[in-house]
Amino acid sequence: MEKTLKKYFLIFTLPTVIAFAFAFLIPFVQGVYLSFCKFTTVSNATWVGLKNYQDAFSGGQGFMSALGFTASFTVVSVITINLLAFTIALLLTRKIKGTNVFRTVFFMPNLIGGIVLGYTWQQMINAVLYKYETTIVANAKFGFWGLVLLMNWQMVGYMMIIYIAGLQNVPTELIEAAKIDGATPWQTLIKVKVPMVMSSITICMFLTLSNSFKLFDQNKALTDGAPMKKTQMLALNIYETFYGRTGYEGVGQAKAVVFFIIVVAIALVQLSFTRSKEVEQ
Amino acid sequence: MVSAKSKASNKVIFVFLLIFAVAILYPLLFILNNSFKGKFFISSDPFSLPNGETFAGLTNYANGLMKTGLLNAIGWSFFITIVSVVFLVLFTSMTAYYVTRVKSVYSNALYYMFVFSMVVPFQMVMFTMTSLADRFHLRNPLGMCILYLGFDAGLSVFMFAGFVKSIPLEIEEAAMIDGCTPLQTFFGVVFPILKPTAITVAILDAMHVWNDFLLPYLVIGISTKYKTIPVVVQMLVGSNGNKDMGALMAMLVLSIIPIIIFYLTCQKYIIEGVVAGAVKG
Repeated sequence: MEKTLKKYFLIFTLPTVIAFAFAFLIPFVQGVYLSFCKFTTVSNATWVGLKNYQDAFSGGQGFMSALGFTASFTVVSVITINLLAFTIALLLTRKIKGTNVFRTVFFMPNLIGGIVLGYTWQQMINAVLYKYETTIVANAKFGFWGLVLLMNWQMVGYMMIIYIAGLQNVPTELIEAAKIDGATPWQTLIKVKVPMVMSSITICMFLTLSNSFKLFDQNKALTDGAPMKKTQMLALNIYETFYGRTGYEGVGQAKAVVFFIIVVAIALVQLSFTRSKEVEQ
Repeated sequence: MVSAKSKASNKVIFVFLLIFAVAILYPLLFILNNSFKGKFFISSDPFSLPNGETFAGLTNYANGLMKTGLLNAIGWSFFITIVSVVFLVLFTSMTAYYVTRVKSVYSNALYYMFVFSMVVPFQMVMFTMTSLADRFHLRNPLGMCILYLGFDAGLSVFMFAGFVKSIPLEIEEAAMIDGCTPLQTFFGVVFPILKPTAITVAILDAMHVWNDFLLPYLVIGISTKYKTIPVVVQMLVGSNGNKDMGALMAMLVLSIIPIIIFYLTCQKYIIEGVVAGAVKG
């Protein structure tokens, strides 16, 4: 059977492979090559070695400050989103009236796109700040906490659903046994429930981590980096380097390669985490 | 077993959840409310309901639609999303079937490249993909669908391949012995079994394509008639300093309505699909 199917490889794989080559493979290889070149269009590149990488990390490019902002934003939103989502998941697994309606409402923001969301929140936050005669772009702190708030609003419901699925798989006998042994609700939570949903926690941590780290649309819409690029995250910094002014395309591509390497590193850490969990079970 | 104490604490939890639900819904109600106010009243009094003086009826909607051509954009968003999703479900399921059933260097290499592409952030291929799309005349709605087929192929092939592995070979062998060609076997026997995964893949890809901003913004651009919803919203805000906030509110409302309808009609599939995607990806 394998032999007959093998002859059909053109029909089965060609459409996907052609599209994949155009959308990913060729651009990726070109991208790696061009990060070592000076260019304004893909066809007029000249080799400059590591100069783009040096420029990317030098001052005035805003890459390091964007990295700092992205890192602190990511840490704060990963912690707040997961704490909130886990708490709500606990509350929603207690057979309270209206659980299904709550679930539906909480999950909904996850479906709305980043640009539309970003402007909705920009209008909301500015409406509050107008009362104090200021706006979200006046102070980098407003932008930071605005982004954290927006990200929580969007992702808590999504993570909550994953935690609920995990909590529902905890065997009730285990919880009953803990109760009979005289465990307080807090002890049951920390010693029984949390260890049992460790795999959900890993999934949620890394999902929020990579989503926050790669954030672009929400950042572009909410503050667009203002004031003075202080609220610019990595993805937006790379975009601005490419399209903000000509002559820096190579530096932009070098930054993109660095960004890519960081994201791959995060994914590899996640993979090793998941693997080690599988061995334990 | 249900004591008075736990009844009381359930009430507290219910109130807490209710407050959270209001917090989730509030931003949406905020833009809906303000979309009915005259544009000069929005910044002076953003939180009250419209009254005789501030009520603007549907003026903002009419203004916004005239200025932006949002209805056109909704049409193109639908077109690009539906065609991309059909391409993706059809072609990537075939590819996934091939790379799972045929063991060769070619299919192994393909599979690992697809998995690899899932990790790579868009900024890495942003510039080179746009210029490739330019050279091969893909800067139109159909071209966008081809790019989405390539760009989302990674996740889709990965999800389908995971499921194909669990289908017993005997079914396909029986079909082959009865004289089915590989194509007949795939569409007659395998694809119907893949249906649950197909729904998941369709939902995940539809959400990505519908909400995506950067790819259509860069590839189709802002000066053609093929703009999608996020591109139009970005233009409305980004282009002029003296913005019409009434029109912005109205257009945000119109952008969100299709998603809410989609969510409320296919809620069960959406939540299941997104969770399955999160756990596998």
